Amino acid sequence: MWSLANPTRFMALAGRILPWLAAASAVLLAAGLYLAFFVAPADYQQGETVRIMFIHVPTAWLGLFFYTLMSLSAVGTLVWRHPLADVSQKAAAPIGAAFTFVCLVTGALWGKPMWGTWWVWDARLTSMLVLLLMYLGVMAMWRTVEDPGRAARAVSILTLVGFVNVPIVKFSVDWWNTLHQPASVFRLGGPTIHASMLWPLLVMALAFTLLSAALHLAGMRTEILRRRVRTLSILEAERLDREAA
Amino acid sequence: MGTAHQGFIVASYAITALVIAALILRALIDQRLQARALARLEARGVTRRSQARPAGRPAPEAG
Repeated sequence: MWSLANPTRFMALAGRILPWLAAASAVLLAAGLYLAFFVAPADYQQGETVRIMFIHVPTAWLGLFFYTLMSLSAVGTLVWRHPLADVSQKAAAPIGAAFTFVCLVTGALWGKPMWGTWWVWDARLTSMLVLLLMYLGVMAMWRTVEDPGRAARAVSILTLVGFVNVPIVKFSVDWWNTLHQPASVFRLGGPTIHASMLWPLLVMALAFTLLSAALHLAGMRTEILRRRVRTLSILEAERLDREAA
Repeated sequence: MGTAHQGFIVASYAITALVIAALILRALIDQRLQARALARLEARGVTRRSQARPAGRPAPEAG
């Protein structure tokens, strides 16, 4: 595992894994969409609108997952100075932000017909919005410091401070009275969803997870290339300076 | 699926598809831009200090 800390080895391994991940996610996404639209029944209360859940729930999970991944990478940057930790952090931020955004939008599109409103300031929705703002803050901070190493340390601190929000999102529905329903899949006592809807949801979740893993690996490979370009550009500028002197 | 709420369902899937397509396109374009920039620098003979080597010696592992 530690040998993967070498960016060259990581590039080679990720390059081999990426096509398989992309293909597996495409196959699972096709299967998940088929199950979601043609196998899963309409809900007795929500009707057809329940089909929004098959994208809303996986994107919510991935929004939380990617922030947790960024926080673990932040620890890797600050404690172990792992060569790939800040690369992982930087590549994860836009993917997590995109999934959190999709979660909020699809939640609003489900909420309007079911609750009669696009938005309420309840604890789950508000903490999810805070998660999106944290992602945007982290992405903005990456752009404020030019040196990637220094930027990574500053971003790591911000990321770890923001991690406080992750358990708040998860447990908000238990700690406060919310309009948003409590957990119905990952809960003590098992899922409360019928198998005919649970399986399509799990297949869609796996498809989104593999897709996001492929995007993350691709993003990390590009970030390594970007740093090589930066290093070579500096070396070239130094050489031109020496020649001009 | 012709229901009163069909528009909400279609909008949800359409927005998700757009966002995912944007993520994939961004990844592909960014990767291509960086690879081209790296190739241009290497074509001009710029190499990292760790890759600098005397003429005639085999090139180190790419990376």
